[in-house]
Amino acid sequence: MVTEQTPMTTPAEAEPKGEPKIRATDVSVYYGDKKAIDQVSIDIHTEHVTAFIGPSGCGKSTFLRSLNRMNDTIPSARMEGTIELDGEDIYHSGMDVVQLRARVGMVFQKPNPFPKSIYENIAYGPRIHGLAETKGELDTIVERSLQRAGLWEEVKDRIEDSGTALSGGQQQRLCIARAIAVDPEVILMDEPCSALDPIATAKIEELIDELRGRYAIVIVTHSMQQAARVSQRTAFFHLGHLVEYGHTSDIFTNPRQRRTQDYITGRYG
Amino acid sequence: MSSAIPLLLAIGLGLAGWLVARGRAWKFRSEAAGGRLASLPVYHAWYAALWIGGPVLIFGVIWNAIRGNLILQHALASPDAAGLPAFGMRRDAILREAQNVASGVSDRVIIPEAEGLVEPFREAAMLYDGIGIAVALVLALIGAVWVFMRLKPGFAARTKVERGVLSVLFLASLVAILTTFGIFITLVFETIRFFGMVSPIDFLFGTHWGPDPMAAVSSTDGSRYGAIPLFWGTIFIGAIIAMIVAIPLGLMSAIYLTQYANPNLRKWIKPALEILAGVPTVVYGYFAALTIAPAIREIATSVGITNASSESALAAGLVMGVMIIPFVSSMADDSIAAVPQAMRDGSLAMGATTNETIRRVLIPAALPGIVAGIMLAVSRAIGETMIVVMAAGYAANLSANPLEAMTTVTVQIVAMLTGEASMDHPATLSAFALGFVLFIITLILNVIALRVVKRFREAYE
Repeated sequence: MVTEQTPMTTPAEAEPKGEPKIRATDVSVYYGDKKAIDQVSIDIHTEHVTAFIGPSGCGKSTFLRSLNRMNDTIPSARMEGTIELDGEDIYHSGMDVVQLRARVGMVFQKPNPFPKSIYENIAYGPRIHGLAETKGELDTIVERSLQRAGLWEEVKDRIEDSGTALSGGQQQRLCIARAIAVDPEVILMDEPCSALDPIATAKIEELIDELRGRYAIVIVTHSMQQAARVSQRTAFFHLGHLVEYGHTSDIFTNPRQRRTQDYITGRYG
Repeated sequence: MSSAIPLLLAIGLGLAGWLVARGRAWKFRSEAAGGRLASLPVYHAWYAALWIGGPVLIFGVIWNAIRGNLILQHALASPDAAGLPAFGMRRDAILREAQNVASGVSDRVIIPEAEGLVEPFREAAMLYDGIGIAVALVLALIGAVWVFMRLKPGFAARTKVERGVLSVLFLASLVAILTTFGIFITLVFETIRFFGMVSPIDFLFGTHWGPDPMAAVSSTDGSRYGAIPLFWGTIFIGAIIAMIVAIPLGLMSAIYLTQYANPNLRKWIKPALEILAGVPTVVYGYFAALTIAPAIREIATSVGITNASSESALAAGLVMGVMIIPFVSSMADDSIAAVPQAMRDGSLAMGATTNETIRRVLIPAALPGIVAGIMLAVSRAIGETMIVVMAAGYAANLSANPLEAMTTVTVQIVAMLTGEASMDHPATLSAFALGFVLFIITLILNVIALRVVKRFREAYE
């Protein structure tokens, strides 16, 4: 059963080159007194898709949100350890969280387009970061982002329609395009397909595979098949611990840890 | 005293029916084969109480309405009443006096002619009270027979009681609707009478307001009933000056409370802000007239404006603006808080600051709710009377100078209705026409606001 999972890439392709994009060292995250993440250390490489899997409540989303400091918006959240982006500590007091989030974009579980036009949704990020000087430049960014997200052909004639009027799958690709528009280096995806039907899911997975060439992508998913299909490296979280991290093919065919094997064979979770 | 008798009877007999029916239901239950009833004993009890107490209560209400008249007719038919004056105030005084003594409200007669009538009134009262009680008892008895014939173990008392409760609830909601309707009808009739004397063109487009309550009805001068200065005063004070104060302050406090204030602070500030809405408007009136208006005049004088009056549209508008801050802020607060957290997260994750998120995402998304709040606040402001009476005065000036005294529709309604003119004088009737216009304007504002709110609710399921 385990061997039926066939990753898109071979382990040889997945071999990371050079320095990691993100290096987390001994990261612990607390919500009030509750420890949600315990001493997690992990390296995330560019031009790779890294999947975080694990049962509900294992802390994988919490860890993901600590990578672009979205946990800052939760008053009770507290963080220990270091997370470096290109060798620079993102929790350092000199780090501008606005700049950080421009470099580390995020796509959420439920599509959350703004109640504005498709154009305005994409133009939002470039505007607040001052990426376009003229209307022409902005138009170019919008078109390029929609093309990269595979949405351009579907929406080019109704670019002024409301983003909330699109279908669920289109909305999620709009959100991905919105994240791409500010030209990030890392894209975090928090269960991006959990609110979508299988066809829309397949499109998003295809898109993730295409985007891999440009960005470091981290995806949290509940679906082990999805992790096997889209990722090159997989991290298995359980009860706030990082149990096992390695090549996706190794994790699914030859897990070293008993707990990983139990989870991927469906014994719990 | 005697008017309470049917009520007491209804309660007493209803209670008796309640107890008896419940006892019987318990007995049914112990006797029945399976020990089961179609409805719980308590529903049997309420069914009995409704059918026994209800008719008595309705009879009591009707009886109270006609009892006085029946007694009067009976007393007048007695030979002692022959010597009364045919009509006029003296006759009314005598009758009232005799009635009061007969029912024990006063203890002795002052007008000598009333002396002979006391006894007939007393007799009549006893007679009709007796009849009333007898009818009530008969009704209760009929109800009881009907109930106890129908109450069987298999009787679906619960559905019947629920239907009874439903009709009571329906009647309760009908009261408010009928009242609104009644008010509207009154306004329409009186307005039509007014427009029979003053042409609607003069009223709606005339620029001079100065009704003369002393003028003869036949020589009504339509040009004295131009309501434009009142409409202008209303809009200037209620919709312009007050809103210039209320919209920014209300909006900013809503933003602070929803986005920046820590939860403990919010727990204190929000109710405190809502207390503002509970302060009686007459208190705001004092504040406007005694504190704000003189302060404005002093400031105006100190910058060289010498003709500033002690009553000003500005004073009334400023205080009114403060009064309606809670309307704006609580609606804005609710609609900003109703914007899904996902919107906020989405914007923050793009690298937007809290400030940018509020300006570019939250406010636009909450705009329909905010607009609705502002409209409700405007309709509240233009219906406000006390502050304007006390701070802006009665002078109908058509002016854009906020330091001048001005008056509003509501203030003139009060002035006209409490004036010396008789009820069928156009000066008095103009109050109804003004009220009608105000009613229509606030109705339109409220309808628009409700529709906007409804569309907004649909947007986020």
